[in-house]
Amino acid sequence: MKEWKYFFAQHRGALAAALLFFVMFTIYAVNHPAGLTPNVVQTAANKGVLLALVAIGQTFVVLTAGIDLSVGMVFVLCNCVASYVVAGSPTMVAFGIAAVLATGLFCGAANGAIVIFGRLQPIVATIASGAVYFGLALWLRRSPGASPKFSSDLADVMTGKVLGIVPSSGIFLAAIVLCVWIPFRRSPLGRAVYATGSSESAAYMSGVPVKRAKFAAYMFSGFFSALGGLFLTFFTYSGEASSANGSTYTLYSIAAVVLGGVSLFGGRGSAIGAVFGALAFRAIGDLLFVFDVDPLWQPLFQGTVLLLAVSVGSARLLGVRNKLELFS
Amino acid sequence: MTEQGPVLRMEGITKRYGGVRALDDAHLHVRAGRIHAILGENGAGKSTLIKVLSGVVTPDAGAIFIDDRPVTFPTPAAANEAGVACIFQELSLIPDLTAADNILIGNPPRRMGLIDRRRQRRLAEEALVRAGGSDIHPLALVRDLPLSRRQIVEIAKALVRNPRILILDEATSALTAADVETVFELLKRLRSEGLALLYISHRMHEIAELADECTVFRNGRNVATFAAASRTDREIVEMMIGREFKSQFPPRPAVGKRETQPILDVRDLIWRPRLNQVSLTVRAGEVVGLGGLDGQGQTELLLALFGVLRGLKGDIRIAGKAIEIASPGAASSEGIGMALIPADRKTEGLLLPMTVRENLSLSALGRFSPFGVVNRESERRSVAEMIALLNIKPDGAEVPVATLSGGNQQKVVIAKWLMLRPRIILLNDPTRGIDVGTKQEIYALLRRLADGGAAILFYSTDYDELVGLCDRVLVMYEGAVQRELEGDTLTERALVGSALNMRWAADGDGSGASAPT
Repeated sequence: MKEWKYFFAQHRGALAAALLFFVMFTIYAVNHPAGLTPNVVQTAANKGVLLALVAIGQTFVVLTAGIDLSVGMVFVLCNCVASYVVAGSPTMVAFGIAAVLATGLFCGAANGAIVIFGRLQPIVATIASGAVYFGLALWLRRSPGASPKFSSDLADVMTGKVLGIVPSSGIFLAAIVLCVWIPFRRSPLGRAVYATGSSESAAYMSGVPVKRAKFAAYMFSGFFSALGGLFLTFFTYSGEASSANGSTYTLYSIAAVVLGGVSLFGGRGSAIGAVFGALAFRAIGDLLFVFDVDPLWQPLFQGTVLLLAVSVGSARLLGVRNKLELFS
Repeated sequence: MTEQGPVLRMEGITKRYGGVRALDDAHLHVRAGRIHAILGENGAGKSTLIKVLSGVVTPDAGAIFIDDRPVTFPTPAAANEAGVACIFQELSLIPDLTAADNILIGNPPRRMGLIDRRRQRRLAEEALVRAGGSDIHPLALVRDLPLSRRQIVEIAKALVRNPRILILDEATSALTAADVETVFELLKRLRSEGLALLYISHRMHEIAELADECTVFRNGRNVATFAAASRTDREIVEMMIGREFKSQFPPRPAVGKRETQPILDVRDLIWRPRLNQVSLTVRAGEVVGLGGLDGQGQTELLLALFGVLRGLKGDIRIAGKAIEIASPGAASSEGIGMALIPADRKTEGLLLPMTVRENLSLSALGRFSPFGVVNRESERRSVAEMIALLNIKPDGAEVPVATLSGGNQQKVVIAKWLMLRPRIILLNDPTRGIDVGTKQEIYALLRRLADGGAAILFYSTDYDELVGLCDRVLVMYEGAVQRELEGDTLTERALVGSALNMRWAADGDGSGASAPT
């Protein structure tokens, strides 16, 4: 019983986000004219997975008490790169995917280097680097398009259904969480990331490799943004240097992370929470669709839900009897 | 293990910060199986010495030898590797990780590259038991643990590294009396296991109980090394401060002026579960001590009086008038005239990156700003007056507070509140981790303020202080005033007895009561 309490205390944020998502998705599915069919789930998964991937990337950096405002631009840049190189024979496609991911890793490494060795504030460093990445994307794709030999077969597999029921993008998302996040969480590197975000000076004093942890976090961020960009290419069959997309994904990734219970002060939360945060945030938009509300209301509604969700998280402050605790 | 060479030698260590020599050609030899105490005022170079030894600071000159082999510690990790573990005064724990995570953070047990959580938990449990923290759940988050438990986790964390040289920097300052006992047993056992222990503490009786050897530091140099118990406390203190040691506590005025109406009159104050009907009075000119074990509601009482707690029941009367104190701002307003010197100067008392002047004038800014604009001239004058009154060093008002020594920082906190000329001064353990010289200055200052008509309520975890300085001491137990001690009944023995809620404490016999003069 007591063990359970400690588990709950540590995973409260992620559990709340999962609950929020399931409630919203149930309302959505129940009211959907087609009901809960595989196609409905597939569409929802495909929309959700893009934001979920970018939000996972953001989680790593936020856990170190930093922030990565270039995730959306890396996402767009990798979309443009993928539209050229994920093409041709299977071998070439494989190399192409590797190139896309390498692009993301490179962007993340550059961010990490600027923040750690340049000692710039993450917020400034990543705004600037994000602009550079977007510039590169524009240079690659002045207008939307794709390589004539773009591998639409692979794209269809990745956005389709397995056995006609389960959306493959959802499986991919679950697999990546299982194969990357869970081991990371249990690795010494993962602990270093949490320790650095929670108290950088204490981490340093304890012999934790603080710089390596931060650098790894930015690399992961770039990597997951690249995965997101790759998936965007699978959905659209093309690359587009869309400034609106970049900004939206950057901001929404932060919203998803917060909704998923990751503390912006660092050291608390998990990528699983962020995934549910992202899915829940997407579900908000879908809800409006099934209730036939004018899409113009979407930002207003999403903003309101985000505010409410964050307020619930801080509701405990109303019960604080020692005012000093308000500041800690 | 008689007469073997030292495990650790530090030779000619020098470290400058700007123009200040924190360490100046310092030497230290430490042998295995010994507890070696380091003594010195704040700013004498002890903390820098420890930082050098634990890899936090790189010295400008000098060499460190372990087993006669030269070593360098560019990072804390390197020092750990070489078998040096340090228990820091400023806790080095990570709040969002569990106790077990923290204890094994340096080198978690691994299986196939990942952390083996089951083994980690077992190791952490063992370390906690050794350190006397079997009540701490290994999965509890450190942020949820009280200070004294965190300190135990910190000790467990050092133990689990199996160090050869263990440094304790004021490691007992946050512990309860019962914990201190456990930790002392542990340290003695470690000594018999052949560890070399470096023990830094301001508490003389701890050093008398534990140390085999002592080294005194002054102005960045080691001025003397001697076998423990070969010098009197008085001699040691003279070595530390480098001047004749006079009575530590200022003389008390004769008991008399009791007829005056109390300035602060508290009746049946309740804030469950920490305060259960506290009643007390403090008159002008009185220094009233708050004693008792740690965590019996003393801190909450001070916070309650200062308007920090919500949902308070009971009466607070200031100069006879019942008053509701809604916030620290209201408490320090001219009508009430209260000041609270907080326990944690770094988070609750100071804005570390800002200058001494800005810190000092912060609470009193309204009084220098007749038309909403700060009058720099009158601000400067008041600040200079305070710096002179409290003898804050260095006496420049434009240096960031973060660069001052701990003792001087504490003086800034006190001075900041004195700028408001408060009638009621609440102090929350103001001398914790402060050197003897500064302590004496603070005692003298408090007595001067009382003589000037202030009412002082003074919480301290140091029994010597309560006995030596206060006119009366209220001993708290489980959120209420358990006993009031004054005059002949105010002895260390009576204090300890009533703190533990023992009945025999009534017969004060005066043993251990007098100040070490």
